[in-house]
Amino acid sequence: MARMISYREAINEALALEMRRDPSVIVMGEDNAGGASAGSPGEEDAWGGVLGVTKGLYGEFPDRVLDTPISESAFIGAAVGAATAGLRPVAELMFIDFMGVCFDQIFNQAAKFRYMFGGKAVTPVVIRTMYGAGLRAAAQHSQVLYPLFTHIPGLKVVVPSNPYEAKGLLIQAIRDDDPVIFCEHKALYDMQGDVPEGAYVIPFGEANVVRDGDDVTIVALGRMVSYASEAAEELAGTGVDAEIIDPRTTSPLDTETIIESVERTGRLVVVDESNPRCSVARDISAIVAEEAFGALKAPIQVVTAPHTPVPFSDVLEDLYIPSTQDIVNAVKTATDWKR
Amino acid sequence: MSDITNVVMPKWGLSMTTGRVTEWLVEEGEEVSAGDDLLEIDTDKIAGALESPAGGVLRRQIAELDEPVPVGATIALLAPAEVPEEEIDQAAKAAREQLEAGAVEESAGPEIGKVTVDGREIAYARMGSEGEHIVLVHGYGGDKNSWLFVQEPLSSSYLVDAIDLPGHGESTKDVGDGSLDVLAQAVTGYLAERGIERAHLVGHSLGGAVAIAAAAAAPAQVASLTLIAPAGVGPDINADYLRGFAQAQSRRELQPHLTALFADPSLATRQLADDLMKYKRLDGVDASLNALLATLLDGDRAGIEVAPLLSSTRVPVRVVWGEADAVVPISNAEGLADRADVTRVPDAGHMAHMEQPSAVVRAVTSAVEATPAQQPA
Amino acid sequence: MTATATVRTQEGLSADKLRDAYRMMRTIREFEERLHTEFATGEIPGFVHLYAGEEASATGVCTHLDERDTIASTHRGHGHCIAKGVDVKGMMAEIYGKATGTCHGKGGSMHIADLAKGMLGANGIVGGGPPLICGTALAAKIQGTGGVSVAFFGDGASNQGTTLEAMNLASVWNLPAIFVAENNGYAESTASTWSVAADDIADRASGFGMPGVIVDGFDFFAVHEAAGEAIARARAGGGPTLIEVKFTRYFGHFEGDQQTYRADEVARAREELDCLKRFRARVTETGELSADDLDAIDAEIGQLVEESVVEAKAAPLPTEADLLTDVYINY
Ligand SMILES: Cc1ncc(C[n+]2csc(CCOP(=O)(O)OP(=O)(O)O)c2C)c(N)n1
Ligand SMILES: [Mg+2]
Repeated sequence: MARMISYREAINEALALEMRRDPSVIVMGEDNAGGASAGSPGEEDAWGGVLGVTKGLYGEFPDRVLDTPISESAFIGAAVGAATAGLRPVAELMFIDFMGVCFDQIFNQAAKFRYMFGGKAVTPVVIRTMYGAGLRAAAQHSQVLYPLFTHIPGLKVVVPSNPYEAKGLLIQAIRDDDPVIFCEHKALYDMQGDVPEGAYVIPFGEANVVRDGDDVTIVALGRMVSYASEAAEELAGTGVDAEIIDPRTTSPLDTETIIESVERTGRLVVVDESNPRCSVARDISAIVAEEAFGALKAPIQVVTAPHTPVPFSDVLEDLYIPSTQDIVNAVKTATDWKR
Repeated sequence: MSDITNVVMPKWGLSMTTGRVTEWLVEEGEEVSAGDDLLEIDTDKIAGALESPAGGVLRRQIAELDEPVPVGATIALLAPAEVPEEEIDQAAKAAREQLEAGAVEESAGPEIGKVTVDGREIAYARMGSEGEHIVLVHGYGGDKNSWLFVQEPLSSSYLVDAIDLPGHGESTKDVGDGSLDVLAQAVTGYLAERGIERAHLVGHSLGGAVAIAAAAAAPAQVASLTLIAPAGVGPDINADYLRGFAQAQSRRELQPHLTALFADPSLATRQLADDLMKYKRLDGVDASLNALLATLLDGDRAGIEVAPLLSSTRVPVRVVWGEADAVVPISNAEGLADRADVTRVPDAGHMAHMEQPSAVVRAVTSAVEATPAQQPA
Repeated sequence: MTATATVRTQEGLSADKLRDAYRMMRTIREFEERLHTEFATGEIPGFVHLYAGEEASATGVCTHLDERDTIASTHRGHGHCIAKGVDVKGMMAEIYGKATGTCHGKGGSMHIADLAKGMLGANGIVGGGPPLICGTALAAKIQGTGGVSVAFFGDGASNQGTTLEAMNLASVWNLPAIFVAENNGYAESTASTWSVAADDIADRASGFGMPGVIVDGFDFFAVHEAAGEAIARARAGGGPTLIEVKFTRYFGHFEGDQQTYRADEVARAREELDCLKRFRARVTETGELSADDLDAIDAEIGQLVEESVVEAKAAPLPTEADLLTDVYINY
């Protein structure tokens, strides 16, 4: 039962299980076979992607794990094309920041086919990509860009918050017939969690209520879910009982669970590591304001990064990332609110 | 100091490492008997009452409320009234220091593993080191962890294996045609594979029917039967519950059904629902649950009939039934009167082994003790 | 149009110029070797990609450039920065994330830039630079400054669409642009012999209507000569050139890379091919510089880098107020 593995291992295991089950699943990306394709003089499969997530897959599936040149437009586009032709590619876009290089293939091609072709096309492609600050990787390797994908109809966007979620959501992503952007927080790769050995799926569009509470609803995404849990523990000590909701997918979004909860608690704090403008945090705030205005006892609070690029220096980056204390403060603002 | 009994944090379930005392049910100075509820414990998975391991006076409460306490650490001291106060003080100080230092030796924990039976992997967890073999067989949708309150106390006298039936827990998620025979063969095959010549079977609900079928099919391998709310001894069954359980696709859909399991609905915790959803999401579980559902139900009545099989067996039989069972109601017990000794448990629903574990422990012990020693061949 | 530049004696480099070139290469080497040791202590945050082994490329090109000219660099950018005259102490402080850094601690190793020095920035995006230098070259052309622009990029980046589009554009607009493909054999763990479908990156030049040249990247004089020709042609309105520089990087892709994908080619390169060793052998053989000259430079640079580390460590960190500045000029 309790089998603890890391977020990284959970993702690797999901890929391996699906590749075993379904010969149409292929994996591609820069260094995903660790240079093995090149017949390098050194060890085969040395890297497994830049942070080692696909390591070991090449040995088992030498024909289905592909290295790529640094040509994101071409290989992400190829993955999209292959998906229309019967394969289920899982392409790795190393850092989400690199979406800039290949965005057309994702949002004008993959996202549009099904609708634009009158429902006749399926594009079962998964784009795995890592996001998030915390590694001192600076402005072009630390962004939280899932709001940009969430904005595009036709894309499903997944933000797993722990190893169990990562495995089940990735298996769902691979079996899903729509294009899925699977966003892995790089600071979570070493997070340990209890993960069953077998394959299982977590459906999209079903939020996970991580903690029950009656005083305030905290909706948190990705890495922020554990921060929210820490904040909730601290708040419990002060008599504030927080409910925590992890939406799991920003598209589709389980608004029902969120609204049900806010109708009970009357207060909403949304925690999102991305920049605030046009973010998922603001989107959720707006939905709740539209649909549950009457239930609100206090203004909705959002806890996000500031409206700046991600700074390099550790002191600045630590200030940039929303903290547990920021969440506690936001909750207090909501619970102390008087008209 | 030998008269002092240390009440320790139990290990309820394989993943439990710490627990918290949430409520004292007995105050310092009060007299208790073995089996009385002493205090409430909460782990990250489950909450339940801890029964007193011995009789005596509760001399000290060592753990503070809500303090995380590692498994095996002392949470209270029991001793006869005549043990002098200084001796208790000393023992309390030592226990407190040990707790604060976190210096508790990791108890060995159960031995867990898998064996292959009929091409299927059967997972097990073994506790205890000697004595008669007991094998615990869970019910529909359950798994070996559902015995957490029973397996530990039994393991002080017996060698106790809890297994996952095919389609459940960590065993292979394939139940063939879903018939009782497939499951019964998994149990007898497990015994053979593990080199257990003869075991006392304890079965809950569907697992009760499985235990009966195993005893009927392989009388030499089964020494006694303890049945908790066994399915199929009578026609009554809550078909809505079973279908609801099989069909639920999310925690929200599942949770309302789970209250049917307990006399105390607060035991249908979100953690239980979460754990069950984790199980239900596994590949193959849907198919297994549906195949077994077809076996369990015939329209809205029980689809299996094991009373005749039970009559054909010769071993001691004990039956424990929660009076508030809303899944396999106690009305079914009528058919058993002449074959078994039935314990009716107030304040328990379908999960008597979770709500009133001591009744189950007593029944199992009684069944084992009633079994004639095996004749040497 | 691919040609292999032969290594022949180059006329016209005065002793001063040679000293400058050596100082530049030595500074880069010393800086990178020192970072390699400092990184191991755990004090330097983030990803650090070292340029050691490749010094002759940045130096051979940038010794032709002046304040009219602009370069764009890569994630492996320290060498290009030093060669274009960015302050070494400011760079070191930047890498340590200090307020005194070139970018006030906001950019880090991968984003060191100094526009005043014509250094358009290291770059975190592979293939980010080539399009940008089409723009700076266009500006120079329109403004008639006589400036040229150079994009340094790796073998990996040579496969990026942006790089290929930029080369085509530079030819179409006949820009004073130089594309320097630094082929160090690998992009992360992926060998360029596999990822580059052509035999050589320089072969691609003909597809974009420009000359392509291959040079030995361990040989300062070879790079210097090839770059000199290309830059002179560009300044004279003759359009872009692609120069492929071949060598080996001495360290891993980034600090921490175990490099199990490659055989140990580095030891031999350091021993037999090293650009600094070859430079020293050559100029002392011809008598253009003495061993003492070079030793003095080594000592001077050792001192400079030592000071830069000491000062960087002692420098103040950015403050909370810095987090929100520099997003817009005004609101
Ligand atoms: C658009 C983009 N894709 C991928 C990366 C990740 N990445 C950083 S450096 C690198 C390898 C670059 O290889 P090369 O161009 O040969 O330069 P070298 O590291 O050898 O100097 C990769 C794949 C990136 N930074 N940007
Ligand atoms: Mg390279």
